[in-house]
Amino acid sequence: MNTTGVPAPGSDGATDGSAPRRNSKKPKYSRFTQQELPACKPLLTPGIVIATFAIIGIVFIPIGLISLSASKNVVEVVDRYDADCIPDQLYDDKLSFIRSSETNKTCTRKLVVPKYMKSPIHVYYQLDNFYQNHRRYVKSRSDKQLQTTASEHETKLCEPEGTTADGSAIVPCGLIAWSLFNDTYTFSVNKKATPVNKKNIAWQSDKKHKFGSNVYPKNFQNGALIGGAKLNASIPLSEQEDLIVWMRTAALPTFRKLYGRIEVDIAANEEITVVIENNYNTYSFGGTKKLVLSTATWIGGKNNFLGLAYLTIGGLCLFLALGFITLYFFKPRTLGDPSYLSWNRNPSGSPN
Amino acid sequence: MKRFVYINDDSCQDSYCDNRISNRKYTLLNFLPKNLWEQFRRFMNQYFLLIACLQLWSLITPVNPASTWGPLIIIFAVSASKEAWDDYNRYLLDKQANEKEVWVVKNGVRKHIQAQDIRVGSIVWLRENDEVPCDLVLIGTSEPLGICYVETAALDGETDLKTRVIPPTCVGLDSEQLHKIKGVIECPNPDKDIRRFDANMRLFPPFIDNDLCPLTINNTLLQSCYLRYTEWACGVAVYTGNETKLGMSRGIPEPKLTAVDAMIDKLTGAIFLFQIVVVIVLGFAGNVWKDTEARKQWYVLYPNEGPWYELLVIPLRFELLCSIMIPISLKVSLDLVKSVYAKFIDWDEEMLDQETDTPSHAANTAISEDLGQVEYILTDKTGTLTENRMIFRRCCINGTFYGNESGDALKDVEMLNAVASNDTHVIRFLTVMALCNTVMPVKSNSGTISYKAQSQDEDALVNAAARLHMVLISKNGNTVEINYNGSIVQFEMLDILEFTSDRKRMSVVVKDCHSGKIFLLSKGADEATLPCSIPGQQIRTYIDAVEQYAQLGLRTLVLGWRELQEDEYREWSRMFKEANSTLVDREWKIAEVCQRLELDLEILGVTAIEDRLQEGVPETIEILRQAGINFWMLTGDKQSTAIQVALQCNFISSEPKGQLLFINGKTEDEVARSLERVLLTMRITSSEPKDLAFVVDGWALEIILKQYKEAFTELAILSRTAICCRVTPSQKAQLVELLKSCDYRTLAIGDGGNDVRMIQQADIGVGISGREGLQAARAADYRIGKFRFLKRLILVHGRYSYNRTAFLSQYSFYKSLLICFIQILFSFFSGISGTSLFNSVSLMAYNVFYTSIPVMASILDKDLSEKTVMQHPQILIYCQAGRLINPSTFAGWFGRSLYHALVVFLISIHAYADEKSEMEELSMVALSGCIWLQAFVVMLEMNSFTLLQFLAIWGNFVAFYVINFIVSNIPSAGMYTIMFRLCRQPSYWITMVLIVAVGMGPVLALKYFRYTYRPSAINILQQAERIRGPIYSLGNLESQLKSVEKDVASLSLNQPKNRNSVYEPLLSDSPTATRRSIGPSTFDLFQSTQSRLSSSYLRNCKNN
Repeated sequence: MNTTGVPAPGSDGATDGSAPRRNSKKPKYSRFTQQELPACKPLLTPGIVIATFAIIGIVFIPIGLISLSASKNVVEVVDRYDADCIPDQLYDDKLSFIRSSETNKTCTRKLVVPKYMKSPIHVYYQLDNFYQNHRRYVKSRSDKQLQTTASEHETKLCEPEGTTADGSAIVPCGLIAWSLFNDTYTFSVNKKATPVNKKNIAWQSDKKHKFGSNVYPKNFQNGALIGGAKLNASIPLSEQEDLIVWMRTAALPTFRKLYGRIEVDIAANEEITVVIENNYNTYSFGGTKKLVLSTATWIGGKNNFLGLAYLTIGGLCLFLALGFITLYFFKPRTLGDPSYLSWNRNPSGSPN
Repeated sequence: MKRFVYINDDSCQDSYCDNRISNRKYTLLNFLPKNLWEQFRRFMNQYFLLIACLQLWSLITPVNPASTWGPLIIIFAVSASKEAWDDYNRYLLDKQANEKEVWVVKNGVRKHIQAQDIRVGSIVWLRENDEVPCDLVLIGTSEPLGICYVETAALDGETDLKTRVIPPTCVGLDSEQLHKIKGVIECPNPDKDIRRFDANMRLFPPFIDNDLCPLTINNTLLQSCYLRYTEWACGVAVYTGNETKLGMSRGIPEPKLTAVDAMIDKLTGAIFLFQIVVVIVLGFAGNVWKDTEARKQWYVLYPNEGPWYELLVIPLRFELLCSIMIPISLKVSLDLVKSVYAKFIDWDEEMLDQETDTPSHAANTAISEDLGQVEYILTDKTGTLTENRMIFRRCCINGTFYGNESGDALKDVEMLNAVASNDTHVIRFLTVMALCNTVMPVKSNSGTISYKAQSQDEDALVNAAARLHMVLISKNGNTVEINYNGSIVQFEMLDILEFTSDRKRMSVVVKDCHSGKIFLLSKGADEATLPCSIPGQQIRTYIDAVEQYAQLGLRTLVLGWRELQEDEYREWSRMFKEANSTLVDREWKIAEVCQRLELDLEILGVTAIEDRLQEGVPETIEILRQAGINFWMLTGDKQSTAIQVALQCNFISSEPKGQLLFINGKTEDEVARSLERVLLTMRITSSEPKDLAFVVDGWALEIILKQYKEAFTELAILSRTAICCRVTPSQKAQLVELLKSCDYRTLAIGDGGNDVRMIQQADIGVGISGREGLQAARAADYRIGKFRFLKRLILVHGRYSYNRTAFLSQYSFYKSLLICFIQILFSFFSGISGTSLFNSVSLMAYNVFYTSIPVMASILDKDLSEKTVMQHPQILIYCQAGRLINPSTFAGWFGRSLYHALVVFLISIHAYADEKSEMEELSMVALSGCIWLQAFVVMLEMNSFTLLQFLAIWGNFVAFYVINFIVSNIPSAGMYTIMFRLCRQPSYWITMVLIVAVGMGPVLALKYFRYTYRPSAINILQQAERIRGPIYSLGNLESQLKSVEKDVASLSLNQPKNRNSVYEPLLSDSPTATRRSIGPSTFDLFQSTQSRLSSSYLRNCKNN
């Protein structure tokens, strides 16, 4: 802020001197009670405003350039596979394809890496038009149940996936867990199988404090309606990292979630073969599925928005500063000229 | 209708309440229900309760119900505990009074009991300096003549001593007899009239005659008075507890609502409607989306058949999401800042009356903003504009004028000679001056005599007589002693024909103890006394004298006397007694009887008393008129005196510059014609730069208010100045009512009991703690010591309060709308299902802490320094007629909140897209964005920064992070570790800076552009004082002020029509129409410039 105002001790100086400081009992004199605290009164002078805009411009453009270059340095491979992974003969009946348990859902994709990708390479799956933030969905979980076995029956919020038909609790309950993403990817780089490290893809804090290490899946995906992935009932929830990642609900209908990390570097133009188990139903609501391989920099994944926004704003501010300078020279105006006052401008009786 | 009090009779005491005083509003049992009931009478509270109840339904609540219940309970608890604390203090005071020990006669023995156990009919004994515990009828005193002295200051504010006498039947009873006295007092049911007590007393045998004995207020000791200079007194309790005169007159006055409050209520209503629309639209869209899209989203698992209320679920969810649009903390914030404004007034050293050491006081803490919006000031004359310190200046005795040359009759040689030579006329004149009054001489130990008078005029007369060697020495019962030139003359005071405002005169009947002759001595207003003169007496000179003195602004009284025949007096005395003991219409009957005696008076002369103007009155009126405030003077005084005083204090200008239009006449026709004529002149000449004022007297006003109200209303609007003389208290109140009905903000200022009704009626009542007692000051919202403080009260306190409240309330709406718009925007990305982006803790804290504390600092904000405002009082126009808070300024804030919501939301979701779009992170990013913007918005909108403001704004900013770090440490909270994660990411900080730059950049640019190229008067003065400030304060202030005044003086005359055309019809609908139509339509040029100004000003207000 432009706070180069005048600290104004003068505002009370004159009255102070003349007013006899009497020892009268009632109003206690202090600068606060007399509303005379020393105050800084910034003024929007052309100098300050133009300088502010110029400085914003000068600071923003480099930041924008740095952010943009960081984002450009991220190597990202995106492959949408939801449509291509349906056999041609079933293309018109995607729903029955995906719902059927008999169909072979394995699908092989070949990706070419445009640039050298340094490990770790993050593997994400991206869903579009998937409303993890839908109110019915986002509330349908029981944090207490996930944490301790004692709270196993706290499934009130989880309806309609709280209990099985006979009334025993589902662990983990709720729509979020029930709809767990269940496509799987197997990678091989240049025909050589490349493992995906699925350890530590979830937040440490979630593993430690939100998902109990002695809570095991129970009655999960046993109902008539099968949602998404099943869980290995012998692994505690705190180790079910796919579930933990999935249950960090996304705020927007388009989101990426970490699938795992490839811990080898991949050279440019190398071919990656991905074998996909295309299990997850996004066809009924017209959503898309994408596989994303991406490196990361200090700014995160590939996102040009900040850089571009900074460049735009910086440019606009410089432009505004220039505009104000021009205006200032072509149309100078004295600040605080009493002749501008409305009651000084209209001489009396002029309308007649 | 009547109450029979049996004296000293234990058997029939229970029919009336005991003497337990209770000022409490609540008891322990009814506190909760009653307080809740009172709080829920406000629409806002009902609304929030409804929302809170809806939130208990978990199907629709977007957040934890605690986010509404928490603040709601806090707010209710704050209000309730304030009430409880006040009530507890009242209880303690009551308890103290109730448990005070008093002496009461029980079964013929004097006993010590607690005051609360006094029953009606008990005999209560008081010692000197005791407080009277309930209303008593005096039956005995220590003084042989049956009188006692009381101080009634607590009751009516009059500080002089009053004499109370025992009724004639009780005279001569000794204290032994008083213990056994039996009788009955017949008195009216309790009322609150502290000047009347029309009752009778009959004593039972063996106590002498069982004659009916009349009782008046002079035979009573009222609750809360103090017994002075009397060893003991005793009386019969007639009214006890809350039924005493004082108890009955206690009452809670109607709370006043300021224009700003009304505006805020309106805006709240508008937002409520907007909210309903949003809810309906989104609810509909949500249901459509649910049926078309959500059914396909298998993971949402919508059941095919929903319950019957299924259609309502989504709209209700949005209702709850949008409920934060109406800021829940606004009421509490406003109450808080308003009490600080009031404190600032109390603390203000410059409004401390150095003479009497009385500070100003804001009794009503809720209406300070209205001070800045005053458009009409209705002022009393005596004691308000003038000092009410009466000094005897001139007189005219038997056709001779004294004091004309020197201006002081007491030093006039002729006068002294006349006194020395025992001029009979002069001696009679002085005798009347010394005797015809109710003054109490009090002899101090050193032998000097001082006078205690109820009326300042009487005080002046008695003192003047004393200076002219006619000294009133003592009054002992009915005997009055006068020392004239060393010789003592004794008179017997037979009757006092008291002064009433209807009779406008008072008389005494005295018997010269030496000669045995009986005289009637009278004094009174000229029009009430001169008609009673003896036929044939030349009263021409007196009429001239009255006229001449009135021209000089002096108050006149005419003195007269008559010798009475023994039998005439005896006859009249009987009638007087009879009239005195009637219970019905006593006042009227007494007046009629008095009329029979007060005739054929020989007029002795005219006295002229000066009442000087208070210091600083003309300047104050001048400055306030420059500020666009219209002045009306309402006085009970006569026309010529009023005009004279008006001229002296800049109220009106003299002939070439100003013009007075008189409305007078005795009959309806005359008045009507006169009014028509004045109105016509006013319409024609209102374009000329002339100071027009109309003068109307009480008689004409009576007719006008009854029959020509419309024409008068038009006149009232056209005229900036009016003088209403000879008006009664109720007419004063009627005039206030009339101006209020035209939707003007009125301020009534007065000092006496006759101004109380006007003060209570006006939007703002200001009382001057003056010499006429504290009655007016008690009824008033503000108490000041001197009239000149009014300009500081209005221009400094009123203006700052208004500006601050305008900012604070609109900002509160802005920040609530901001977060609500973000929620709405988010709903478009969440399937219009009513998901809340923010978690419960954040939502609650956002409204209650994060955003309400920084804005509180605006109570220290000063847009212009006090000095600048005083130099340019015209700046007050920006406060009048709601120019800083109205629908169009509000639209600016509304637009800004929408813009900022878009900025925060769009930047957040783009910066945190894809793998970062985690719900809890995004919500904190958006919330931090809001907090960052808030801090900068407050920074930009404040005009001056003290250290406290910096602390509040940035301290709050830091507190936001501290609080969130703490919450981020709690695993069970919704945002565990989120804040740590975010703060480690560079992109978080980059996003914040971007939000601030995008959000504030345009606001700053726009503000700068307007500030420099389309400045409002406030901006210009800000620039002037800050750039050239030092010159102003170092340089010659006086000349600066003068030159400004010169510039402005000619203009101020044109203000009324400016005001009319500038006036924005924002506060009301119908009255504006009348104002508009009346506004002169010929000044198109003016109007256009003015409207341009006002519209540019309005543009200013946007985003401000």
